[in-house]
Amino acid sequence: MKSLQGQHHQLADSSFQLEVLQAPSRQGDRLPAFADRLQAHGLYPLRPTGTTILQVNVGKMCNQTCRHCHVDAGPDRKEIMTRSTMQLCLDALAHSPQITTVDLTGGAPEMNPDFRWFVEELSKLGRQVMVRCNLTIILANKKYHDLPDFFRKHGVHVVSSLPYFQASRTDAQRGDGVFEKSIKALQLLNAVGYGLEGSGLLLDLVYNPSGAFLPGSQASLEAEFKRRLRSGYQVEFNSLFCITNLPVSRYLDYLVQSGNYDSYMEKLVSAFNPAAAAGVMCRNTVSVGWDGYLYDCDFNQMLELQVAHGAPQHIRDFDAAVLDERDIVLNQHCYGCTAGAGSSCGGETVS
Amino acid sequence: MENTYYNPADLAKFGNISELQPEMGRKFFDYYGEVFREGALTEREKALIALAVSHAVQCPYCIDAYSTECLQKGADENQMMEAVHVAAAIKGGAALVHGVQMMNKIKELTM
Repeated sequence: MKSLQGQHHQLADSSFQLEVLQAPSRQGDRLPAFADRLQAHGLYPLRPTGTTILQVNVGKMCNQTCRHCHVDAGPDRKEIMTRSTMQLCLDALAHSPQITTVDLTGGAPEMNPDFRWFVEELSKLGRQVMVRCNLTIILANKKYHDLPDFFRKHGVHVVSSLPYFQASRTDAQRGDGVFEKSIKALQLLNAVGYGLEGSGLLLDLVYNPSGAFLPGSQASLEAEFKRRLRSGYQVEFNSLFCITNLPVSRYLDYLVQSGNYDSYMEKLVSAFNPAAAAGVMCRNTVSVGWDGYLYDCDFNQMLELQVAHGAPQHIRDFDAAVLDERDIVLNQHCYGCTAGAGSSCGGETVS
Repeated sequence: MENTYYNPADLAKFGNISELQPEMGRKFFDYYGEVFREGALTEREKALIALAVSHAVQCPYCIDAYSTECLQKGADENQMMEAVHVAAAIKGGAALVHGVQMMNKIKELTM
């Protein structure tokens, strides 16, 4: 399967995506503007609470082409962060001790040729490194087989997508055979200590619903995932992060193609939770694109909504204090992070 | 729009039933919320029971709501269809067990 960009699909264009997202509010105010909902709860303009996480998207290249991918990543995507841009990230971090966590994402971040160098340098800076690992990459090629050991050596916090504890829904979302390979990869991570009590090696799973519905309670799903993965495959993990699918890129395409777009947006809007809105991840995170440009989150990055003017636009000009004074850029997709118990890269935002 | 007795959009208006009798409506929804809260049974188990009952009472609104609810709560397709079979078995069994009554009557009336 090709990426939307590879198909020359209309939705590969971020401005067209924004047009789709804004259409319902323009056509008769059926869906209220997200900014208005925040305003009604005294949260507008939305401001940072202090940046403690730098999320770095090291490239759109991926060995998978998941149907819900908001990055539109895939084997045909060539955008990749260079070592010199990574060095700019390291320089920015050296001057920002309050940023304690670096969250590496992609694509498959491990496919960036400078990935390991970057992780090593980040470790030297004493930052907690988090890697969004799609699991199958570990088995994709011999050169990735030692990734569990590499992760262990640097105390990397591994966060892996697994949309379901059975092959049916996992493969429907992420591709045929992905479930079986993911289980093998999880067993390899367990074998070096990941997810095991007392090892200190964190292995968290990410659950995205495989369809046009919202995630249920994180605690309840985590208990069910643990029960099923332990009894079925002797797999252990630490926590399950429930993430709501945001109507961006390929998931937006799925919603439109399947006729679920309107009802899904209505579900998000009617599940709007001001407490979740107050805890959204863009308030403590800055996202860096593969080319070094700065965004409020990975979703804004894919919609090419850069941080507000007045704030540094590129990692070479990074200044956490100035960035913490910015207004966060909002649009209709933001309803996804504020529905129900809230959604962030760390799962629910409301306990 | 077609004339039908059931309109999927009416499901979202369920809460409106309180408009004509607010007090009873409120009590019903309070009770409803309490019933589906995690207790001795998990929320997922309760959603599966509700899905089975939805089929037994043949309520299309409930089938819509609890199919979605079961997916959201992580139930798998096998569990959901097994729940429907439980409803079918009870409904079928309920019809068949009355066959005993029929047989009693046959015995009573025939030589």
